[in-house]
Amino acid sequence: MSAVTHSDPQTIVRLANRIGEFFAAYPCHDEAVEGVASHLRKFWEPRMRRQLYAHLDGAAQGEGLSELLRETALARRAELEPAAAPPTR
Amino acid sequence: MNAPAQPIHFFRARPLPARHAECDHGTPAVVSDEGVTLTIDGFEVSVPKGTSLMRAAIDAGIQVPKLCATDMLDPFGSCRLCLVEIEGRRGTPASCTTPAEAGLVVRTQSPKLQQLRRGVMELYLSDHPLDCLTCAANGDCELQDMAGVVGLRNVRYGVGDQVVAGRSGRHHLDSQKDESNPYFTYDASKCIVCNRCVRACEEVQGSFALTISGRGFESRVSPGMSEPFMQSECVSCGACVQACPTATLVEKSVIEAGQPEFSVVTTCAYCGVGCSFKAEMKGTQVVRMVPWKDGKANEGHSCIKGRFAWGYATHRDRITKPMIREKITDPWREVSWEEALAHAAGEFRRIQATHGRDSVGGITSSRCTNEETYLVQKLIRAAFGTNNVDTCARVCHSPTGYGLGQTFGTSAGTQTFKSVEQADVVMVIGANPSEGHPVFASRLKKRIRQGAKLIVIDPRRIELVDSPHVHADFHLQLKPGSNVAVITALAHVVVTEGLVDAAYVAERCDDASYQQWRAFVAKPENSPEALEAVSGVPAATVRGAARLYATGGKAGGNSAIYYGLGVTEHAQGSTMVIGIANLAMACGMVGREGVGVNPLRGQNNVQGSCDMGSFPHELPGYRHISDTTVRAQFEAAWGVTLNPEPGLRIPNMLDAALDGSFRGLYVQGEDPAQSDPNTQHVAAALSAMECVVVQDLFLNETAKYAHVFLPGSSFLEKDGTFTNAERRISRVRQVMPPLAGKADWEVTQALANALGYPMAYQHPEQIMAEIAALTPSFAGVSYEKIERLGSVQWPCNEGTDEAGTATMHIERFVRGKGRFFPTQYVASEEKVTRRFPLILTTGRVLSQYNVGAQTRRTENSRWHEEDRLEIHPHDAEERGVKHGDWVGIASRAGETVLRADVTERVQPGVVYTTFHFPESGANVITTDSSDWATNCPEYKVTAVQVSKVSQLSEWQQGYARFSRNQEGLLAQAQGQVQVQQGAQATEAVK
Repeated sequence: MSAVTHSDPQTIVRLANRIGEFFAAYPCHDEAVEGVASHLRKFWEPRMRRQLYAHLDGAAQGEGLSELLRETALARRAELEPAAAPPTR
Repeated sequence: MNAPAQPIHFFRARPLPARHAECDHGTPAVVSDEGVTLTIDGFEVSVPKGTSLMRAAIDAGIQVPKLCATDMLDPFGSCRLCLVEIEGRRGTPASCTTPAEAGLVVRTQSPKLQQLRRGVMELYLSDHPLDCLTCAANGDCELQDMAGVVGLRNVRYGVGDQVVAGRSGRHHLDSQKDESNPYFTYDASKCIVCNRCVRACEEVQGSFALTISGRGFESRVSPGMSEPFMQSECVSCGACVQACPTATLVEKSVIEAGQPEFSVVTTCAYCGVGCSFKAEMKGTQVVRMVPWKDGKANEGHSCIKGRFAWGYATHRDRITKPMIREKITDPWREVSWEEALAHAAGEFRRIQATHGRDSVGGITSSRCTNEETYLVQKLIRAAFGTNNVDTCARVCHSPTGYGLGQTFGTSAGTQTFKSVEQADVVMVIGANPSEGHPVFASRLKKRIRQGAKLIVIDPRRIELVDSPHVHADFHLQLKPGSNVAVITALAHVVVTEGLVDAAYVAERCDDASYQQWRAFVAKPENSPEALEAVSGVPAATVRGAARLYATGGKAGGNSAIYYGLGVTEHAQGSTMVIGIANLAMACGMVGREGVGVNPLRGQNNVQGSCDMGSFPHELPGYRHISDTTVRAQFEAAWGVTLNPEPGLRIPNMLDAALDGSFRGLYVQGEDPAQSDPNTQHVAAALSAMECVVVQDLFLNETAKYAHVFLPGSSFLEKDGTFTNAERRISRVRQVMPPLAGKADWEVTQALANALGYPMAYQHPEQIMAEIAALTPSFAGVSYEKIERLGSVQWPCNEGTDEAGTATMHIERFVRGKGRFFPTQYVASEEKVTRRFPLILTTGRVLSQYNVGAQTRRTENSRWHEEDRLEIHPHDAEERGVKHGDWVGIASRAGETVLRADVTERVQPGVVYTTFHFPESGANVITTDSSDWATNCPEYKVTAVQVSKVSQLSEWQQGYARFSRNQEGLLAQAQGQVQVQQGAQATEAVK
């Protein structure tokens, strides 16, 4: 099976950037990064996070992602990137 | 010939055939710290000061004859039946209008009083028909009762047109009956002009649609300007019918069926107000629904939907046999429950084996009970083994869950509805209670008529802005999509003008977050002046509203916020909820009666479905799935290992379906194909799935894409509980057997068993016991307690009152210290351009409910038979559009055609429609723009163009063909059985 075949990475980019727009209002940059990371971890299903990293690692190199999202995704990769796709049963 | 055997179904818990006789105390209860003691008929009676003599007597068990008095209404003193004698006073005052005073000695019976009362009754009956035996009110007529009580034996003046001593008096017996309203009749010949209907319309409902026209003998009840009911401003709430002591105003269902024999108290299945009703029954037939006075959400009031629109439950369109098909282009095939469930289970297991455990999921219903919702999420998490569970709250109040959770610590309204009686200033944001939450609207209007101030924040001129005896002190008529700009500007005024309740903030709130927020909102770019261009609201109006809200209108005043989907259904829905919570905390307006932050929930059990763990990231009680301790409790109780990762939300499921990674869906009592945005996207996603199982009353829009149809049951057919917007948990009680043989919870249980995950509940009470055992905020909830107390409000456990918690966050916030967040305004992606120069926003009407599946199958459609597009005269004229013209509405997502309603309710640049009819295609136009935090769709902001057209849109033509085809496939299944039955009958004859 392949769960990482989102036909339109722009959907994921859009959803991710919108989260960044809220946390960007924090005066403290570290808090903004923490806010974004925690939100992705708590609310994004693993295949969506996988799509985010696939877009970031792929040929597009995360094209369209805001700076805050790119930074958060890279800095917090260990906790945000899910393990390989789950077993079928 | 033998008739085909019909299965016989029994009630699991047959209600006792006892009628919930409610005592009418004559006049409303009075609350006072001071008591008075007096003597009535020789008994010593103590009552709160200000109580009427009538109520004092009735409370003491002494009945006083009455006709114009009833405890839902202020005393009127017109019928002259409730006269009493008071020692040391002259005359015979009316007991309803005379307050009890200390030391009074009152007599309610004497020969003189009896004679006076008999004389009054003679006059009443001299102009009243004597058709009592065939009258619809026979058995429920106060006039008849009073004739009996006063011992009326003769009417000296003759009755009606009788000739006495060669003379016949004037009378109204030949008055024309008004049968225009589909639900009740008005028979003026039976009217005794007690004014109860007129007063109910004013005092209870607040519509002022009725009056008494004429004077003296000519006096008659008149809707509007002597119009038929249907042409008047009457909203058909039925308060007048309930108040009428005779058969003048009576339900057509009572005329048809006769008086009910018993009643069962249950909870309405329409909006989030959650009104309590007596289902008045004859066997298993509902005769009428009467709002229950002891119901705390509604205190004896109702709207047109709850009282009258229940006929859908037995509508001919109900599907009562399970059906399956291989492809959605195949005809449906009626099968046994066993076959349907085995087929569904087999398909889900097959898909999971091929595409992974997370390739399936489900949607719980905000129209079903707590127990049913809990069971569906349990099935998905435990039997499917995935967290891909979501609920329709995703598309309405999910931002409330996020926003209030972040700021206060839990996702719930803070008050009871009754709390509005203590409010001095009420701010209504993005809600139209007159249409969406009518029974709360009546309470609110009553408070406004008593002098409370009103602030409305809404792009439309909703009814509350200017209606009889209710006017908004401030209407912030903002541009759709600019909510966050407005709430931040209000906060700017509060902070920069020194209106913050500093003591409250210091004691109750997190200081670091407060300082951060304070600095943010105080920035010049967040001033009302700076944001005026974005919001379109004059800065002075914003400043005035902010001052009024912050001060509560007077020293120590109370300000309360009520908000609706006009807050949540935006790209910044969660930010706006947070902004509201920030403002309320800064002004010290959370944590006591009369204040608070109150989401007006859309569907009846939105609160409950969220509480029950319907969101993919949360277990029941709003506990994150990643919490190892909580997960361990559920794993132990359910005997499975749970996935610690959050699952897919509805829009993510749809996206994943188009990717091919999501292929099976179990939908209970929801209709995403009509209710969710960007219909064509939803349809494509559903079409891409291999197994869609729909459990519903009707072949809804989603069922047209389904492979398995499991018949659902209405709220009249099952036991359970609903939780309303006050967090009030009330019982839903079964009054008729499920038409298809299984209540919804039984279907879910059977599906779990078919999947190999055993469930063996005998009654929903056991499901609630499991919920209580696993959820701290529900620990004290039980059917026994609800039975005893009428209802309970969560949190309900060892640390709360027995009935739970009426007002939240009293001494501290659930999260400890209330937390502030900066709320940066970000313009919606749905921007107006030359191609799409108008903003479409959506809403609902009073008579229809949500996707309309229920109300469209009732006479309610007489009030609203199609969705129309509201457009401002200026925009209409520019496009050559006249009232009633067909107009095309095109957005980036699609195009549909509706008829135009040219009106100034909308501002120039804004158009508006409702989504109650599938063929309207309102959601063909709405886009996939959604809330940043929760993906709640932005239904309220879509950039569109409107133009005059002469035919339906391409989508509508395609929809009509598709729909006709699907109905044909259904008819084939049902026809096929009829043919089989016919064949059997032929066999039997042979």
